[in-house]
Amino acid sequence: MATTDVPGANGKLSEQLDAVVIRFCGDSGDGMQLAGTQFTNVSAVFGNDVSTLPDFPAEIRAPAGTLGGVSGFQICFSSSDIFTPGDEVDTLVAMNPAALKTNVADLKRGGTLIVNEDAFEKSNLSKAGYESNPLDDEESLAAYQVQKVPMTSLTRDAVAELGLSPREAERCKNFFAMGLVYWLYQRDATPTEEWVKTKFAKKPELVDANLKALHAGYNYGITTEAITVHYRVDPADLPPGNYRKVTGNEALAFGFVTAAKLAGKQLFYGGYPITPASDILHELSKLKNFDVVTFQAEDEIAAITSVVGASYAGDLAITASSGPGIALKGEGMGLAAIMELPLVVVDVQRGGPSTGLPTKTEQSDLYMCMFGRNGDCPMPLVAPASPADCFEMAQEALRIAVEFMTPVLLLSDGYIANGAEPWKIPDISSLKPIKVSHENKQGDEPFMPYLRDEKKARPWVVPGTPGCEHRVGGLEKSDVTGNVNYSPENHQFMTTLRAEKIAGIADFIPEQTVEGPESGDLLVISWGGTYGAVRTAVKQSVQEGLSVAHAHIRYLNPFPKNLGDLIKQYKKVLIPELNTGQLRMIIRGTYLADAVGLNKVQGKPFLISEVKEKIREMIDEK
Amino acid sequence: MSVDVPLPVLSPKDFASDQEIRWCPRCGDYSILAQMKKVLPTLGIPKEKFVFVSGIGCSSRFPYYMDTYGMHSIHGRAPAVATGVKLANPELQVWVITGDGDSLSIGGNHFMHVLRRNVDLKVILFNNQIYGLTKGQYSPTSPMGTKTKSTPFGSVDRPLNPLSVAIGARATFAARSVDVDIKHLCSVLERAAKHKGSAFVEVYQDCNVFNSGAFEFASKKGKKEENVIYLEHGKPLIFGKERDKGIRLNSHDQPEVVELGKGVTEDDLLFHDEKSEDMNLAFLLASMRHPEMPEPMGVFRCVEHPTYNEAVYDQVASATERNGEGDLEELFNTGDTWTV
Repeated sequence: MATTDVPGANGKLSEQLDAVVIRFCGDSGDGMQLAGTQFTNVSAVFGNDVSTLPDFPAEIRAPAGTLGGVSGFQICFSSSDIFTPGDEVDTLVAMNPAALKTNVADLKRGGTLIVNEDAFEKSNLSKAGYESNPLDDEESLAAYQVQKVPMTSLTRDAVAELGLSPREAERCKNFFAMGLVYWLYQRDATPTEEWVKTKFAKKPELVDANLKALHAGYNYGITTEAITVHYRVDPADLPPGNYRKVTGNEALAFGFVTAAKLAGKQLFYGGYPITPASDILHELSKLKNFDVVTFQAEDEIAAITSVVGASYAGDLAITASSGPGIALKGEGMGLAAIMELPLVVVDVQRGGPSTGLPTKTEQSDLYMCMFGRNGDCPMPLVAPASPADCFEMAQEALRIAVEFMTPVLLLSDGYIANGAEPWKIPDISSLKPIKVSHENKQGDEPFMPYLRDEKKARPWVVPGTPGCEHRVGGLEKSDVTGNVNYSPENHQFMTTLRAEKIAGIADFIPEQTVEGPESGDLLVISWGGTYGAVRTAVKQSVQEGLSVAHAHIRYLNPFPKNLGDLIKQYKKVLIPELNTGQLRMIIRGTYLADAVGLNKVQGKPFLISEVKEKIREMIDEK
Repeated sequence: MSVDVPLPVLSPKDFASDQEIRWCPRCGDYSILAQMKKVLPTLGIPKEKFVFVSGIGCSSRFPYYMDTYGMHSIHGRAPAVATGVKLANPELQVWVITGDGDSLSIGGNHFMHVLRRNVDLKVILFNNQIYGLTKGQYSPTSPMGTKTKSTPFGSVDRPLNPLSVAIGARATFAARSVDVDIKHLCSVLERAAKHKGSAFVEVYQDCNVFNSGAFEFASKKGKKEENVIYLEHGKPLIFGKERDKGIRLNSHDQPEVVELGKGVTEDDLLFHDEKSEDMNLAFLLASMRHPEMPEPMGVFRCVEHPTYNEAVYDQVASATERNGEGDLEELFNTGDTWTV
């Protein structure tokens, strides 16, 4: 099925747009994540820049039709660079009343609202808390171009000849919705058709049904008189190269596997399933032919301690979890820190405390990761800025771990983990190598497990190496010999030494850069997944003539060496965070800078407009 | 690579580290350490291939006193650490040293899972029925009514039977010995070392400071003969100084003590079968507790199953055979890609 790109074809107008935001929403069984992912794929393959925001309920299957069970997937696709899935929605596809109710507020005035009219019947309306059918109330939806499409019955009719059960037939309605939206935005459905054929290869009747539903939706767009315009968004002008779409979790898995390959080492992953980190385990489990060993442990503590064991035995070892799981891993991280063993712990942050908001994003584990271990236990912290950046930061984390013989924390978040964007496939030969050296016995001198190199790193010996037998452990050790030593002076010495080793990493990481003027009225500092919204807000503010710059920090401990001086170049500092001000406290404490916060803890990413508004407010109040 | 090079002949001294041993005088741990140093040189494994991993507690200082690779880890987690070591490097012989508090309280979870997975590790549980390092609180194996600092009126906890737990987790090797029963302990450690798969050994260990004599019934000459049955595969369960008593199943299939002679012959007794896939016999033996019954010593169960570490590497190998050695370029370019 090729798109018709002739203005006036079938009497329809084709309108050119720069960027579009679409949100698919429906019941968690309606296949909205699939619809969104497929739309993202076809847009990416077409050459648009894309950014996505999946949003799912915490329950696997909340009662069908209820507000708690609404699942959504938002995608922004554009003919220029974009950094967020967008603030306002241009086209909202709502598969039932609950989806409409929970999402319509984000649809912009004049936007297109496509609803599955069949789902707006009595029981669904009452489950969503509607007293009357909003589709009959012209006033409530007057601000939008409403397309009432009986998707369930049209889908049923489209697949009627295949002899599916009514239930199976109706399940294809997400493909009908996709087809309609594909027509609306002139998408080539070929990648989705190929995907369906592969995915359901063993169930040919489902291949037929889904393709028929997809085509029916597309044809409905062509023939219906209700929709008179469709839209075109040209490919984006991205740097030349080969691209694919990645989510943050995929990119982390790719980054770790790449680092292991570069280092010529086996990768060991010990993990325990937890939202939203599980996909890292899933991705790595598929890659056993890359010399990857994955271990699904019995709990989070076994996950981290197995990783400690694997690191001791010489593997590049990693674990990933989310807030509550990281809390459980604290003691294991402390063990790795005092034994000075290299490993990486990924925290895909979500709303807390405790179980909190398991499927929603937040940045509130910074304090826990910076400070949350017993004793004086600094650990390096890095934080990717976007899904694609996870590829590089995964390698950076492992590089720091092995070069400095230390556990390293990598802070991702739900938004980065599940969000997707185009990733320029790297030239493997251009990647920075990761050097690993394992100590071997030289001469007759006894082996000293805590003898240090110029980076204050101790040797990494693989058990099985003759003559280097040694013991490590959680009890305080003497430097050089590694013998147990409780003396007060020794503990002070070793505590300082470990802290200096971590602080010294600052000499081996890039200096902090800014986007925008090198001095001025306002510096906006961000970290992690807020990168896109903050970057766009600052860019737009600069275009509006404001004196504002943006520093996005990817190395959180230690900070880049020049950060303190850099902050002093601006009159004011704003730190937007999806927490109540954790980086702000650390920046204030470290640099005595009078930083102001913009803080949101709603389980949702920043809107560009929220950040822009705050920038304007701070500059205006001088 | 490993052929042709003759292995150095090792002695117990080769396994002694230069660290001062800081257990209390007359602690049962000394004997276990000594037997371990005796057994390891007999295995034909180079010294650098041994790794000792422990948790927290008196017994868990053990790795410091062995001149092998070792890790004194954190409370209860040694089985998980050791799983990581073994998976990263399956050529190592990995021993887990743990106590009753370490592996049955805080580490109960890992204890159970390492055994059910059949990771090729040797788990030695020093059971002294007390918390020694924290100075004398009751442990998960202390009998009900045990009076300690935290249970001045006697503990009301029902104790756990380590062997029952291990057999319940389908340990492929489960055994018991006593710290001072030197020959027996040596033979059990040796069999554990040679077992392919998780080997679990409970050692009755005397804490002469906080729980002195708890196992006198099983260790003291003159007493133990009447209180202990030494298990031998294929042999009837006979005990007693005069070897005149045995164990028979009664009409409810429960074990009972009978005297030999007077109409009861060896053939009427229960015969030990450590290789039985059925776990009933091992459970039944584990349920025999002093003072109601003589307690079995030796190997309760020894069966061979594929190990977890082998299974993990079999998957790595078959995935590599199926898909070829991982190629990053190919990986990155799978699925929908496009060129700008």
